[in-house]
Amino acid sequence: MPRVKLALEALAFLLLVAVVIVLPQVVSDFHARELAIVGMYFIALIGLNVLTGYSGQISLGHGAFMAIGGYTTAILISDHGMRDIWTIPVAGVVAGVAGLLVGLPALRLSGMYLALVTFGIAVAFPQVPKKYEHFMGGSSGKSTGLYKVELGFHTTPNRWLYYLTWAVALFLLAAAWALLRGKPGRTLQALRDSEVAALSSGVNVAVYKTAAFGISAFYAGVAGSLFAISSFLVTPETFAILLSVYLVVGLAAGGLGSLSGAIGGAALVFYLQNHADAVARWANHLPWLSVDPKQQGISSVVFGAVLIVIMLLLPTGAGGLLQRLLRPLTTRLYTRS
Amino acid sequence: MLASFTWSEFAEQIVSGLADGSVYASLALALVLIYRSTRAINFAQGEMATFSTFIAWSLMNHGLSFWEAFPVVLAISFVGGVAVERVIIRPVEQAPVLTIVIITLGLALLLNGLMYVIWGGGDRPFKGGFSSSTVEVAGAHISIQYIGIIGVLALLVVVLGLFFRYTKLGLALRAAALNPDSSRLVGVRVSWMLALGWGLAALVGAVAGMMVAPLQFLGPNMMQAVLLYAFAAAVLGGLDSPVGAVVGGLILGLTIDLLGRYVGYIGSTLKLPVALLLILVFLFFRPGGLFGSVATRRV
Repeated sequence: MPRVKLALEALAFLLLVAVVIVLPQVVSDFHARELAIVGMYFIALIGLNVLTGYSGQISLGHGAFMAIGGYTTAILISDHGMRDIWTIPVAGVVAGVAGLLVGLPALRLSGMYLALVTFGIAVAFPQVPKKYEHFMGGSSGKSTGLYKVELGFHTTPNRWLYYLTWAVALFLLAAAWALLRGKPGRTLQALRDSEVAALSSGVNVAVYKTAAFGISAFYAGVAGSLFAISSFLVTPETFAILLSVYLVVGLAAGGLGSLSGAIGGAALVFYLQNHADAVARWANHLPWLSVDPKQQGISSVVFGAVLIVIMLLLPTGAGGLLQRLLRPLTTRLYTRS
Repeated sequence: MLASFTWSEFAEQIVSGLADGSVYASLALALVLIYRSTRAINFAQGEMATFSTFIAWSLMNHGLSFWEAFPVVLAISFVGGVAVERVIIRPVEQAPVLTIVIITLGLALLLNGLMYVIWGGGDRPFKGGFSSSTVEVAGAHISIQYIGIIGVLALLVVVLGLFFRYTKLGLALRAAALNPDSSRLVGVRVSWMLALGWGLAALVGAVAGMMVAPLQFLGPNMMQAVLLYAFAAAVLGGLDSPVGAVVGGLILGLTIDLLGRYVGYIGSTLKLPVALLLILVFLFFRPGGLFGSVATRRV
């Protein structure tokens, strides 16, 4: 019964909202900041999921759309004196328009060609601020200043960042869910599974594929804007190519087409980046291993090895695992009238 | 627009463009070898090549000359490539393409970190197999090294071409890539052909690495920029066409060198974005690249 499914999903969402509200009370200020950054990855991953998970277009360059969002925010704050939180929607829209522009030529490309072209865009993008120095600050970057803290009651800047990010993330998650559970979501999936069949059933392929690109870039732009606000300064290196790589990694680890899995993907990407040395220290407990966690390169080794192992064990990501675990439960709920 | 043009300098630019281009071409060829059988881009191709070059560097530190180390490194790289396919690609042969791509990304990170751990991060000079002096041809100073690079990579392409065209194994490799199901029916061991393809790709990449290292310094990140140009070259030529990879690489090398040198506004900052933009525009008209096949789809 679709109604049961709807109720279950709404319940899961409310549970998530509750966890998000309670969490800062039990973790330290520092961890609140970390969780805020996880939230930013989460927002970008929802967007990437709309594109790759639903419409089946692989983008390896979503860092570039984050960069567009981040630079929009930085320019609006430092050159036009705009209040930081109001720049977030603007950044999303600017990135979204850029996404539509990339989405048009992307209609002609498929599979790995599109993946490589988007990768190229993300690689080339950091050169742009260096060339247009007066406007985008060159390689030394553009400052966004300290963000203003609201919610006066006992809120530290880090907690404010956390609440801001997760409020945006939950709103955008609900929006994506509302959009994808109905006809648009089914249409995009049909496109992904067989473009020709979808076309013959009267789907306007060009409109849907381009729209998916635009929406996905909007999400990336919002994430990039929050990223810029949280780091006080955007430089070409803030949005280095590795960021785009991490996003795809998070997407695959979370599971294609799984919005809830994206949280897992976001957390994995963030913690592997920042706490790879903890894994290395843990690996030292194995009898035949002895590594120095501080040695240069160890974190890459750990990141790469963990990534390979995860993909070998869970080719469909955390979302796929969740689906498999819940299948006995959900099939019973959905099939009985 | 044209800054101080002389014909002899133009000739020097052409030669250096072709030398860069043949490096891009060979790495692009390695990418195509894997793409044809796996349908995925190997993001670790650059790091695999750098790793091979580091092995050459270690061998040369132990007293071997460049040309003695050369075949040893090729053999090690081939075996390494086959081993990589057997261990981490074979379990996901049937998985979605994105899964394979992510695994190669993981492999790239892993190898990059390993190089830092084993050999350290610093850049070091690498002595190649050719003299670094120049010969004068009609007023132009042509570097012997460039000519050597072009020659070695041309030889590699010819040998590979003959192998694929005239040997039974080459035929089996092509058949496995083109139509795995039918090949399996006539007795080709398709899965091993994939491993062989990875081995060959690692070997071709190793040649590219050992050719490019003397031009720059050897460090763990040496091939990252080259890999980008190889991506561009492979897309330009058509991802499933080995001929396309070679032609694409040469065209790209020449275009980038000439644009960066003669169009003042582009200079060295915008070289990469402009090259990528040109390819994007080109793909708009030919989505399958120069020689690639555009698949007809079945409902």
